[in-house]
Amino acid sequence: MKYRSIADRIFDWVNSIALALLAIIMLFPFFYLFSVSFTTLDEFLRSEFLLWPKKWATDAYEYIFHSKSFIRSLWITIYITVIGTAINLAFTTTMAYGLSRKIIGQRPIVFLVLFTMLFSGGMIPSYLIVKETGLLDTVWALILPAAIGPFNLIIFRQFFMDIPHEIQESAIMDGANDLSIFYKIILPLSKPVLAAFSLFYAVGHWNNYFSGILYLNDATKWPIQVILRQIVVQSDAVNALGAANMAMLENPPPPETIQMAAILVATVPILIVYPFLQKHFAKGVMIGSIKG
Amino acid sequence: MSVSTGELHSNGQLRADKRKKIYAKLWRDRYLYLLILPGVLFFLVYRYIPMLGIVIAFQNFSPFLGFRGSEWVGLQHFRTIFADPEVVRVIWNTLYLSFLQIVFAFPAPIILALLLNELRSELYKRLIQTIVYMPHFLSWVIVVGIFVIFLRGDGLVNNFLQTVLGMEQSVGFLTNPDYFRPLIVLQVIWKEVGWGTIIFLAALAGVNPELYEAATVDGANRWRKMWHITLPAIRTVIVILFILRLGSVLDSGFEQIFLMLNSFNREIGEVLDTYVYYKGIQQTDYSFATAVGLFKSIVGLVLIVGANYLAKRFGQEGVY
Repeated sequence: MKYRSIADRIFDWVNSIALALLAIIMLFPFFYLFSVSFTTLDEFLRSEFLLWPKKWATDAYEYIFHSKSFIRSLWITIYITVIGTAINLAFTTTMAYGLSRKIIGQRPIVFLVLFTMLFSGGMIPSYLIVKETGLLDTVWALILPAAIGPFNLIIFRQFFMDIPHEIQESAIMDGANDLSIFYKIILPLSKPVLAAFSLFYAVGHWNNYFSGILYLNDATKWPIQVILRQIVVQSDAVNALGAANMAMLENPPPPETIQMAAILVATVPILIVYPFLQKHFAKGVMIGSIKG
Repeated sequence: MSVSTGELHSNGQLRADKRKKIYAKLWRDRYLYLLILPGVLFFLVYRYIPMLGIVIAFQNFSPFLGFRGSEWVGLQHFRTIFADPEVVRVIWNTLYLSFLQIVFAFPAPIILALLLNELRSELYKRLIQTIVYMPHFLSWVIVVGIFVIFLRGDGLVNNFLQTVLGMEQSVGFLTNPDYFRPLIVLQVIWKEVGWGTIIFLAALAGVNPELYEAATVDGANRWRKMWHITLPAIRTVIVILFILRLGSVLDSGFEQIFLMLNSFNREIGEVLDTYVYYKGIQQTDYSFATAVGLFKSIVGLVLIVGANYLAKRFGQEGVY
């Protein structure tokens, strides 16, 4: 080890500790939510600082999983995430591939795609077109108007353009048409990129809240994030989860533990895919920041 | 001057050949056009038709009369925008919040990246990175929900203030409008500070380690190395991101603000995006809301194109 001055070493320690504290600030809320969500009613009412329950209770989780509207919203969100991501990938890859080849009209179309990143009709005209196309109050309002992220499209196009032409040319010699080249050569070559972008799109669908409040008036169509807002931010667990549910249990758990349980249930899927996301995103962000 | 018929003929022939070639090319690429068709339809229907829908900003639009039947009012709504003290206040709120974000939330990832870069253990660095990137992937509902749970009257923070620090009354973090702006900035920092470091860390990864070794040999201490090697390495990235950030001063993040708004803080919390929603969707004043949105879009377009131009002038490739 090279010689290091005392000031240097002190800095190292202070820095390491400061960053550890930052990491704790990021993690502590989940630790706290986790332990409180499992406390019993008694202990919750008695103690001021609850950091670890003495007795574990799953009342809050039973409560939310007995709620029809909570389960329904989970299914709706799963549905939107699965179908939405499939549509995202289908629309994005086909268009990106077409535009990666030298076709007539390629430049103006790419320009028109880029322009949508700079300027949009805004919230109200978008709302009116969703209304006009009959999607209002259907889950499709959360899927179709978000079918392609222009930024992702541009990154995909760049990726396809970087695939060596020789591979495609030899396939053309063998009599393959563009559809089969796309399906049999390009897509299999893009598996890692497809995996990365399907994760990004899926997280976007899972977390989407804005489209829910904009396009869905019908509470029976609400995705999990909209229900979550009602439970937690508006502190209205009874209405969000159904009043009948409250009567079902003899001693309903305190609303606080219900809120925390609901937050954790909605976070778990993100935490599950996070390691896979992490593998991909540094690269994705870099492609995005270099090329656009 | 006379032109021989033969020449004319060959000119026409040339043009016809060219057209034939174009048709042949279009036909050859027919499957490629088939591939881009769904995407093109998507952009037409959900991106470009709404742009045409902007015309309702110049009408008194009524859904019953439609685009064609509604009365044209010219620039009336735009005159109202600047005459209405409510809108002026909303614009001010938007700009003020952006100013705070630029002063506090913008430098945060730069500082964090510098600190991460100073860590000696690669393993420890990666551990911290893994943790601080995570909040970026949480929804705003969850982030705001966590803040609400911690900060409300009987939440953990107020419990702590009362029992440990002996404060007599709970602090109304969520109800006192004075806390609104700091909380918005804090939430953005909590959620995005880690994610924001990626681009700086990537720029730092490109720094030749020999530079540091040479500086050490020359007797430079840590601060001088940070000042003369590390910071210059990310200076261009900082300037470009800063310029681009200026280009989006009118964007305040609808989801976060909308979740944090309540009857106590609406006066200072309402920003352009939430105002358009409030006017257009909740009060169904479609035309006026579209006019406000259009005003925002146009100023935003000018700013982002200007910002991008400046970023390019700065000697780097722009984002668009």
